[in-house]
Amino acid sequence: MKTCLVVDDSRVIRKVARRILEDLGFEVAEAADGADALAWCATAMPDAILLDWNMPGMSGLEVLRRLRLEPGGEVPKVVFCTIENELDRIREALAFGADEYIMKPFDGDIVAGKLAMAGAL
Amino acid sequence: MVARLCADRAGLQVDPEKEYLLENRLGPVARREGFAGLAEMLQTLHARGDERLVWAVVEAMSPAETVFFRDPQTFEALAAHALQDLAIRRRGETLRVWVSACGGGQEVYSLAMLLDEQARAGITLDLCASDLSERRLEKARAGVYSQFEVQRGLSARRLVRHFEKLDDSFVLTHRVRQMVRWRRVNLLEDLTPLGQFDLIFCRNVLGSMVDTARTELLGNLTRALAEGGYLVTGLGDSVSGLTALPGTGIHNAESASRAAA
Repeated sequence: MKTCLVVDDSRVIRKVARRILEDLGFEVAEAADGADALAWCATAMPDAILLDWNMPGMSGLEVLRRLRLEPGGEVPKVVFCTIENELDRIREALAFGADEYIMKPFDGDIVAGKLAMAGAL
Repeated sequence: MVARLCADRAGLQVDPEKEYLLENRLGPVARREGFAGLAEMLQTLHARGDERLVWAVVEAMSPAETVFFRDPQTFEALAAHALQDLAIRRRGETLRVWVSACGGGQEVYSLAMLLDEQARAGITLDLCASDLSERRLEKARAGVYSQFEVQRGLSARRLVRHFEKLDDSFVLTHRVRQMVRWRRVNLLEDLTPLGQFDLIFCRNVLGSMVDTARTELLGNLTRALAEGGYLVTGLGDSVSGLTALPGTGIHNAESASRAAA
């Protein structure tokens, strides 16, 4: 079974995302901040990561930058999932190595479509 | 009555089981036309066959496409086979492409983005989009989509490459928009004035047509294909007289010389 790590400081968003991802056949893990997310990755690198941008402490962009420097850190398909909807933000995320980008609010179709485009489905 | 109008005017099959579609699609038309409600508009339609109102109703009942790059395998096969083939055969000439029933514009712009990404020297492109509905043509021509719409079928890379932000919406770049010519076409009318095309898209209407209209339309479209041209239909549609590329909805009108070989 493929695994997906949901990184978001909102418990509600994590719950909504979990339900969608489980319906898509993923085993889901949750992290409430960047440090927690990187700790997860160091233990068991997931196949995909749904990553919020604005979180207390480390930003999603910083999480992505550090992840890609880790051994095996190039493996997970990283899909940003954030309220940020400026094209320059999206360009920045792609330049840092994000595979896809979701602008909140999202629904099941968008998540499924974006994960498919990222090659994670 | 609505079902009969749709079948007569545009060959559209309206399922009598789907009465909820009437309120969904025609409710807004009734309000726009200044009626108190759907019932009042239908009564007026019945009492006097106002042509403009008839068309407003038929247009609203015809399906519209809302996803970019629908059936991605079709676009992949287009890029890998059909467009390569046409690029070689039409070198130094004009490549004529027609997206019929373009709906909200997602399909023709998907093709325009693909053609822009694969642009080749020496080929002039004539990309034409048509629809039954003037209102949808207007919307499509503007090239403005909501945040929800640009996340359906469109990759983030294509979004940043081909779109600009406009307040809370996203608009296709001038470069992509100016690739497309627009016109209103009823596919059941005589298509010969449009000329012949190397590539024709007709994916959104065949499935919702009454049988006789579908046969007639496929005949019309096949005749509008240039020698060696490609017709793209929905994945399930079969087209007699053309060679299908399995699983893609792409059909090729082989040139006489190749067919004979």
